[in-house]
Amino acid sequence: MPVILATDFIVFFLAGAIVYFAIAVRKDGAAASAWREIRKNRLAMACLAVLALYFSVALLDSIRYRDPVLREDGVQARTEKGEAIYSAQSLSLLDRAFEGMRANHEKTYSAPFAKHLFVKENVELPDGTTGREYAPLKHPGAHWLGTDKVGDDVLFNAMKGVRTAVVIGAGTTLIIVPFAIFFGVVAGYFGGVLDDIVQYIYTTLASIPGVLLIVAFMLLFGTSGYQGGLISEGRLSLGVFVWNDRLFWLALILGITSWTDLCRLIRGETLKLRELEYVQASRAFGVSRPGIIYRHIVPNVMHLVLITFVLQFSALVLAEAILSYIGIGVGPQMGSWGNMINNSRLELSMDPVVWWNLTASFIFMFGLVLPANIFGDAVRDALDPRLRYR
Amino acid sequence: MLSYIIRRILYAVPIIIGVNVLTALLFFYVNTPDDMARQVLGEKNVTPAAIENWKRDHGYDLPAFVNTEEPGIKKVTETVFFQKSVPLLWFDFGRSDRNNIDIGQEIRTRMWASLAISVPTFIAAVSVNLFFAMMLAYYRATYIDIWGVVLAVILMSISSLFYIIGGQFILGKLLKLFPISGYDAGLHSIKFLVLPIIIGIIAAIGGGVRFYRTVFLEEINKDYVRTARAKGLTEGRVLFKHALKNAMIPVLTNVVVSIPFLFTGSLILETFFAIPGLGSFTINAIHSQDFAIVRSMVYLGSILYIIGLIMTDISYTLVDPRVRFE
Repeated sequence: MPVILATDFIVFFLAGAIVYFAIAVRKDGAAASAWREIRKNRLAMACLAVLALYFSVALLDSIRYRDPVLREDGVQARTEKGEAIYSAQSLSLLDRAFEGMRANHEKTYSAPFAKHLFVKENVELPDGTTGREYAPLKHPGAHWLGTDKVGDDVLFNAMKGVRTAVVIGAGTTLIIVPFAIFFGVVAGYFGGVLDDIVQYIYTTLASIPGVLLIVAFMLLFGTSGYQGGLISEGRLSLGVFVWNDRLFWLALILGITSWTDLCRLIRGETLKLRELEYVQASRAFGVSRPGIIYRHIVPNVMHLVLITFVLQFSALVLAEAILSYIGIGVGPQMGSWGNMINNSRLELSMDPVVWWNLTASFIFMFGLVLPANIFGDAVRDALDPRLRYR
Repeated sequence: MLSYIIRRILYAVPIIIGVNVLTALLFFYVNTPDDMARQVLGEKNVTPAAIENWKRDHGYDLPAFVNTEEPGIKKVTETVFFQKSVPLLWFDFGRSDRNNIDIGQEIRTRMWASLAISVPTFIAAVSVNLFFAMMLAYYRATYIDIWGVVLAVILMSISSLFYIIGGQFILGKLLKLFPISGYDAGLHSIKFLVLPIIIGIIAAIGGGVRFYRTVFLEEINKDYVRTARAKGLTEGRVLFKHALKNAMIPVLTNVVVSIPFLFTGSLILETFFAIPGLGSFTINAIHSQDFAIVRSMVYLGSILYIIGLIMTDISYTLVDPRVRFE
């Protein structure tokens, strides 16, 4: 039985948007010329390849289903009413593809490629006595990046963090784009009282420091919601859809604090576009206001949306790690690099040092944020050279 | 000038009121005092009587915004909003929910620890960033510039958490140059402050250098700079005497607005280094779910931001006479 989280829609929508842009750049037009510009930049294309790899991991981790519970004779187990019973655990395609890594637990820490546990424990020696030894691993050499305190594979944990980062980095902007466009265009195009109201709202919201607003929101709402782990019937799940998804709330709240910049940009651009000759001309021809906005204004602010999207991506990924570190990010059961950093903080003071948990989260995060920064710059330069010096 | 400042401050009044109402809505309406009591008391101790007790002890037992039971003006004044949120307007923060401490008093004492870290970090970071940015602009389009920008992008792609953890580990634990964390009063605090200040500077260097470099480059391509070169000035003189002055406007926007936040310090840095400033105060309040403190800090942060904006606007008029008082 499939299980679809609220944040899965973000990933699916993002996949749809990528397909849409892939088609759009094949036609002639502004998108195609920007794409040619980006294609010339070989570094940016290499970064795009890395980003595509991350995204495919996130996509694989967003398609999940629950296995049916089988009776001993191999037939689907059913309740007395005849309803099929499914396992409480929903596994994604990523979980299934790396089943070995997911299921191969050890007792506690072990170094990368190690054959023995990292700490000594009491084991029975061949001569019948007990002594303190480094016990052999159940799966020697199988953990490429070692295991963490509870014996989970670190490489797998780091891969589970990819989806969280992609959802936060991309989903946050996606959620708020419709609102930012609507308010920005309305304020810029109609002006007057509407403009004053919209400006007042976003100035007030922008006045509250982002991180404190997020803290307040998460403190107030973030205590409930699906945080990863087992699916419980009833409160959390509504059939196949799980709407109360803590990660979704986090993306929404980050969005509320970050839509003001985009809204301000769109309002300014609309003010400028409104006075251009072709808009004036279509007004003279009697095109209705919604018609002008739909046909002439909105397409011409979309480049701002795209630029904001790519430039905010890396900042949001970094912010998620910090919020998870403070303890107001995603729940502890949800894979997140912030959680990994949080866990690994004390490990550095152990002797000898447990370094692989921190290193893994560092490599995975850096590997996403650096290409995102470089590719973001390339997109911005291609779409709007005037913004280059911001 | 004076009338401009007054008008600018008056313009901030509706925004301050808006922030006040918004925080009150969040903390008293969306999340009611009942929810607060439930969160603070914990699952086990929740009984209707316990909730009422907690609300009475902490002054949340009034209606949120309108008290229909009281006559006249008391309809408005005998509410949680008027008792708890309106006093924030004159910086009366009230008492915390957990330990019943005076929040205003706490802010005034903890402020100094935050300032001890944030002021040196801020001054040093801005100078270092400006220095490197000017160096890259001076050597623009050479390998120094190209690799400098690459390095800046790499540095800004690393989470500040890694800078802090890595700095503590390498400088504090391996090299034993500084104590890993802690704080002391007076001059003894210096040995505890050096490490967080160094890390604060390094964490800000990537984004800062890149931003200031683009600001300088934009100035360097302008006509007056070409004129200055044409009359035979050296490149260094052109850059430091002419371009720097004009580049101050975008630099000011970036710098002045963050000055008021020096009081509140850094959330992350202070918790990592166990510095008893306002940043760690906020984090502790988050962990102990002390809503009164979080609400006060949200409000204080907003006020400081608004003050920063006003200061930015005023500093514009000081550095750029072309900015009219409109």
